[in-house]
Amino acid sequence: MIEHRPGLTFVSHLILWLGIVVVALPVWVALVASTHPANAFAAGAVPLWFGDQALANWQQVLLGKDGDMSQLLRMTLNSLVMALGITFGKIAISLLSAYAIVFFRFPFRGAAFWMIFFTLMLPVEVRIVPTYQVVANLDLLNSYTGLTLPLIASATATFLFRQCFMSIPSELVEAARIDGAGPLRFFCDILLPMSRTQIAALFVILFIYGWNQYLWPLIVTTDDAYYTLVMSIKRLLSVDNGEIEWNQVMVTTLLAMLPPVLVVISMQKLFVKGLVDAEK
Amino acid sequence: MSVYFPQKWLPYGLLLPQLLVTAVFFLWPAGQAVEQAFYQEDAFGLSRDFVGLDNFIALFQSAEYFAALGTTLVFSVSVAGLGLVLALLLAVMADRVLRAAMVYQTLLIWPYAVAPALAGVLWWVLFDPSIGPLALALQTLGVDWNHYLNGDQAMLLVVIAATWKQISYNFLFFLAGLQAIPRSLIEAAAIDGAGPAKRFFDIVLPLLSPTTFFLLVVNVVYAFFDTFAVIDATTQGGPGQSTTTMVYKVYKDGFVGLDLGSSAAQSVVLMVVVGLMTIIQFRYIERKVQY
Amino acid sequence: MGKFALVSLAVGLATSSSVMAATQIEWWHAMGGANGEKVDEIAATFNAAQDDYEVKPVFKGNYTETMTSAIAAFRAKQQPALVQVFEVGTASMMAAEGAIYPVYQLMQDTDQAFDQDDYLSAVTGYYTDNNGNMLSLPFNSSTPVLYYNKEQFEQAGVSVPRTWQELGDVAQTLVENGVECGFTTAWQSWIQLENFSARHDLPFASKANGFAGLDTELQFNSPAQVAHIEQMRAWQQDGVFSYGGRRSDSASKFYSQECAMHMESSAGYAGVKRNADFDFGVAQLPYNDELIDTPQNTIIGGASLWVLQGKSEAEYEAVAAFLSFLSQADVQADWHQFSGYLPITEAAYELTAEQGFYEANPGTDVAVKQMTAVTPTEHSKGLRLGNFVQIRDIINEELEAVWAGDKTAQVALDAAVERGNALLRKFEKAND
Repeated sequence: MIEHRPGLTFVSHLILWLGIVVVALPVWVALVASTHPANAFAAGAVPLWFGDQALANWQQVLLGKDGDMSQLLRMTLNSLVMALGITFGKIAISLLSAYAIVFFRFPFRGAAFWMIFFTLMLPVEVRIVPTYQVVANLDLLNSYTGLTLPLIASATATFLFRQCFMSIPSELVEAARIDGAGPLRFFCDILLPMSRTQIAALFVILFIYGWNQYLWPLIVTTDDAYYTLVMSIKRLLSVDNGEIEWNQVMVTTLLAMLPPVLVVISMQKLFVKGLVDAEK
Repeated sequence: MSVYFPQKWLPYGLLLPQLLVTAVFFLWPAGQAVEQAFYQEDAFGLSRDFVGLDNFIALFQSAEYFAALGTTLVFSVSVAGLGLVLALLLAVMADRVLRAAMVYQTLLIWPYAVAPALAGVLWWVLFDPSIGPLALALQTLGVDWNHYLNGDQAMLLVVIAATWKQISYNFLFFLAGLQAIPRSLIEAAAIDGAGPAKRFFDIVLPLLSPTTFFLLVVNVVYAFFDTFAVIDATTQGGPGQSTTTMVYKVYKDGFVGLDLGSSAAQSVVLMVVVGLMTIIQFRYIERKVQY
Repeated sequence: MGKFALVSLAVGLATSSSVMAATQIEWWHAMGGANGEKVDEIAATFNAAQDDYEVKPVFKGNYTETMTSAIAAFRAKQQPALVQVFEVGTASMMAAEGAIYPVYQLMQDTDQAFDQDDYLSAVTGYYTDNNGNMLSLPFNSSTPVLYYNKEQFEQAGVSVPRTWQELGDVAQTLVENGVECGFTTAWQSWIQLENFSARHDLPFASKANGFAGLDTELQFNSPAQVAHIEQMRAWQQDGVFSYGGRRSDSASKFYSQECAMHMESSAGYAGVKRNADFDFGVAQLPYNDELIDTPQNTIIGGASLWVLQGKSEAEYEAVAAFLSFLSQADVQADWHQFSGYLPITEAAYELTAEQGFYEANPGTDVAVKQMTAVTPTEHSKGLRLGNFVQIRDIINEELEAVWAGDKTAQVALDAAVERGNALLRKFEKAND
């Protein structure tokens, strides 16, 4: 702390706590609703304090109707495969392409950059019918490849790495060249370690992006061996006329939130610490 | 950057995987969408007629389309603005109380993990005029909350729901950016007698500009494209058309309404608009950003 | 207990029978929650009952997602044999002659015993062509009814309204007795315009509501409908009526006892039963006795099962066998009682009555009676309008402007008709 201003510090804490309350409110409601019977949600006001159905609700979702956890486990596994596939695939191809764009000069460099950047502009949902056709033509329906590859085609990661690489001083490149380090060694020994914080940040971003997909997996698979957790929430919500089992929806929502939240919270240390370290 | 590696072919090899994926899974289908814009076709693709620019003409003759354009601007500016300002405020506060920053960060970042459609559902519940605790609280305060009828309130609802998801993301980047600013710089300014506000505007904010620029792009893209799940779960574009953004309209006309020609034409217009915006961002704003 | 054992037995048998290379067909559906589990159970029972065919139900998201998935799949030649499509998608399916295999024809071609007279024409009528041939098999159908809060009615000393005039008076009295709002409605276009028109034998659109040709034009801006919407606008301003959202969001107004009456799908019965903390009753949808002496039937909503082209003969035999199975009285009666959707055959209705279901669950037969009291006319058979999803959205938008007091009923309905007609012309052009 540069100077001591207790008043200001108090205000800081107050604002932060206010922020936390606002941020937590919807999830709080989800948590509370997961402890009530299904009808507590619609009749009267939404409850803000816990009910007594927590055990029953959680048991029902965790163990399934016949006490069999395998379905839940398989869905979790699928979500994980999809999230990690998208994450690593995207980080790998983006690192390479951003490297090429920032550290090399070659014909069509601008064109390549724009072609990649263009993908920011149309989310999968808007071009879903033609994309489905492509995936079907390549015989990738009902496969993890079909689930992940089309979602890897996006520029967010490339954009971030480009920003990061551009802030690397040219002296470093020069020094590497004088030392006789080739481009691949520079990439592995200098660039990768220097970008590990960005990689960590992207891991978080992409993992969540992949984890939360539901429309695409719904469309390209017809085999419930590929069911994901988020899809199962969608299935609970896809009910006519107010018969939604809100308690189960909320339990599943919280369950489905857990892995990405864990990723966010556990990776944040690496993320922030890395940036502070890099500054030294 | 002024020093480059001299290799001629290596960069192409490095680019190949991404270009391949982009070409096959983006350009090919997107190209088909562009082609579609010049045709009128039934949903099943059994018959198609070339109609030239008819789809575009119909679009630009409809007042609804321009209304959606206006809605998109209001919505995007609100979401990006609100998201950036609130996240920056929280990040600056967290940066001040460095010792507790981790705790606050941990408590602030998890909404980012919630799927957009679910975020929409949760806010929809909170603001339901009959059962939502927030709507009921507002009504006790004398605010007649009914987003089913009041377009401004509906807009507010979707802005809140969409921003909520994004604040944690912005916060994370801002806090990291703030912590990367050398303490010595700020201490020096403090010794020169600059107060916290002056230090913030003269030193911190300019140094944060790369982060801010990055977040601005990400937030605008998010508000433009990734929010229709939120809109669909909360207002479905209503009441009237007060929360129908351009992308929601593409989604509704194309994916829901199966009017492929019109939705393709709308996609093309969107691509052009966003393309222009991106060029402007890169040409003019990025130059002013300090690295 | 017995049911569970039967299901697991059925599942077990289904798995073992697939070893014998039964013909497998996919059935894409949009049934989530408990109904989705029931769908799985129905398929499992069918699979267990014979060795030749296997139906594989696949959940494909909500109605929109299911339909768009099926269309995307058809374009890529990956379509399922059987798909569930919501009623507003009917015109799109029907117009796609090369994509669908009409059910009546399928039944003929595969020599399945199939008599259209067994079905309730008020339900199947929506899905027939102009000659009365069934194009798709109704699976889950419902029709709007009036739910009312018996306790609030008793306190205010009012009885159940039959006509709109009575409903206005009752609602007024309720409000005077301290109830916050008299009534609310779900699905405003479906209930307050489409069904209002049908109930009074008024055309919603020309050419028999679109059944007789693609060159149909919307006609719901005639004086009767305008007067009805104008009346509702006045009620909204007086607090007698309170608008609660486009879908069934308005249910929370009824559950929380803010509104004493709710016009909602008959399939919402289970939801009301679960969520209403008070005694409730079910009544027929009101009608205006100045417009008609004996009200017409209401029209249905929900979804039907369409058979898609491009499959093998063996697969079509499997589909036909499954559709026959679905039409069986016991299967239908079970589904009707479990889900609250209307039965599609006369026999299923009678079986349900025999089983004492309607006595045990008062109000569940109101919808069937309301549907079958009279013979449907060309204005109450259903709607066959292209781009109907978007037309409904336009109606939603325009009606919301009315409730908000921004437009008069006449201006709003005229605008809705004009904008809707443009979409109809577009559909006509794309499908001629």
